Amino acid sequence: MTILLDVKDLKTRFHTPEGNVYAVNGVSFNLDEGGTLAVVGESGCGKSVTMMSLLRLIPIPPGEIVSGSVHYRGKDLLKLKEDDLQSDIRGKEIAMVFQDPMTSLNPVLSIGRQLTEPLRVHLNYDPKQARRRAIELLELVGIPDPKKRLGDYPHQFSGGMRQRVMIAMALACSPTLLIADEPTTALDVTIQAQIIELVKELRDKIGLSIIWITHDLGVVAGLAQHVIVMYAGFIVEEADVDTLYESPRHPYTLALMAALPHAERRRETRLKSIPGAPPNLLVEPSGCPFAPRCDYVVDKCKTLNPPLKIIGNDHSIACWVDVKAREPQ
Amino acid sequence: MTVASPSSNLHSIKPLTLDELEAPPLSLGRMAWLKFRRHKMALVGVGILVFMILYCTLGGFVFSERYANYNDTSIALQPPSLVHPFGTDVIGRDILARTIYGGQISLLIGLIAVILETTMGILIGAASGYFGGLIDTLLMRFTEAILIIPQIFLLLVMAKFLAGDIPNITILGREFSGSVVVIIGIIGLTSWPYLARIVRAEFLTLKESEFVLAARATGSSTFDIIFRHILPNSIAPIVVSATLGVANAITLEAYISFLGLGVRPPTATWGNMLEGAYNYIDKAYWLWLFPGLLILLIVLSINFVGDGLRDALDPRSRTV
Repeated sequence: MTILLDVKDLKTRFHTPEGNVYAVNGVSFNLDEGGTLAVVGESGCGKSVTMMSLLRLIPIPPGEIVSGSVHYRGKDLLKLKEDDLQSDIRGKEIAMVFQDPMTSLNPVLSIGRQLTEPLRVHLNYDPKQARRRAIELLELVGIPDPKKRLGDYPHQFSGGMRQRVMIAMALACSPTLLIADEPTTALDVTIQAQIIELVKELRDKIGLSIIWITHDLGVVAGLAQHVIVMYAGFIVEEADVDTLYESPRHPYTLALMAALPHAERRRETRLKSIPGAPPNLLVEPSGCPFAPRCDYVVDKCKTLNPPLKIIGNDHSIACWVDVKAREPQ
Repeated sequence: MTVASPSSNLHSIKPLTLDELEAPPLSLGRMAWLKFRRHKMALVGVGILVFMILYCTLGGFVFSERYANYNDTSIALQPPSLVHPFGTDVIGRDILARTIYGGQISLLIGLIAVILETTMGILIGAASGYFGGLIDTLLMRFTEAILIIPQIFLLLVMAKFLAGDIPNITILGREFSGSVVVIIGIIGLTSWPYLARIVRAEFLTLKESEFVLAARATGSSTFDIIFRHILPNSIAPIVVSATLGVANAITLEAYISFLGLGVRPPTATWGNMLEGAYNYIDKAYWLWLFPGLLILLIVLSINFVGDGLRDALDPRSRTV
């Protein structure tokens, strides 16, 4: 399979009055053409910033992409001119769907106008063509009576419908890669399932590659082929989805799995959580960022940050400890 | 929307899906109109405004401009009569005809000055708010510099230097004193700072919103984001400010014309008709009563409309 996206050593910082925020600290991964990659981790662990850095959507300043390369079909997106990125990549090749459909649509523009904008910008459609395509797109994402709804405004749509509209907008120019930034977090569970089904269908229908950011491990299992676990701006574990669920090897992944609620669990047992909080990203990381909360911590963890190393077929972790050989403290 | 009536068979009740349970469609414009309608004074204002516009336009078909500027000192300072319903001025011109043509100029000055003011305010405010940084600092310090000079003095000084010897100009087959253009220009150029600050504040909040990020992610250009995404969201305060700006421009024109620095006769405006009227305050009330009344009415009605729009376009008051 050919590699669609190749990210190497991506580092993003934010320069704030309180100091530098080390948001992304040397992230490398790649995505095959037609593949689905899930990125999981707690809030504030750098998932969104990583993806926004790919398209250079972070505000600069205060943000800064310190180093790294993002090769998309051979082109380094970080070296591309802003104008080229805007006209050739964003929305055309790589589209993004955001977390909150309630605020991601412009409240004063009709759905039709927002849907036709990428078509107008990227494909130079005339209004008639654009309208026809917009109706097609709304049909594609399962919105009933699309002709009539084109003239409606976002406040006339429910949350699930708006997320469908957002997906339709993202798909307008038939992108190759869809980056979905927690697209179901703001929706209730039934709608969430619908949206995931929809995305799966679209992936099979039009051969979309997908990067799906989430903090919901349940969502990942049903959707992704490959999973990246992020913590404090580092990738701590990377594996294909079956391996990750069957034999997670990083203490953080273990802790995340343990924190999943189970229906069969007795009501009296409390939900497990990971003690402590994610580290302060204002401090330049030294040592393993997860060490203060880790059950398996050894002395080495506090001074030396483990690099990501391959431990098996398609499976890498960044940890000094073999969790299989050691008992948790 | 399918809502089963209570009388229908239980088996035929179809459960509502979530998508069917949304708010009844009510477009933004319709909502604004419903709210505007409740504002009685605003409706009165619209009524007066429509009347004034008809008065100034249709009146032009009754009297010719030549008649409005025709002077005959033998009939100077006549009180209102059937031949001259509003009386005649110090050199015998018909005041009714002059209020009609003066009204055209005053409204024209109000509208064009506001277009100029709004354009400048939006451009400067938008650039300042959207780009931030050095651009923001420079533009805002410049705006403040304009703001701290009292507008009246600025106007008077500019009028004194610029409106001196401007030749007459012809637009749409009518001859205007060139000073009209100068007055429009200087009113527009001195009124934008408040609007620029309003627009900047709007842009500062809106540029952080998710939908702007989403628009950037779809590859919209900076131009599109500013003018097609953010600007429509800040249209409410701009419309209100522009409306009140028309009233403000008309008063300012009246003010400088009253002081003899504004539009030069024979071109009439409501303002320059007042010029010299103060010599006759007790002797010839009709000299100042009619143009004064018209200025009062138009400014008042515009302000009512502005108030109504402020309520109608305020997104925070959702009650209809």
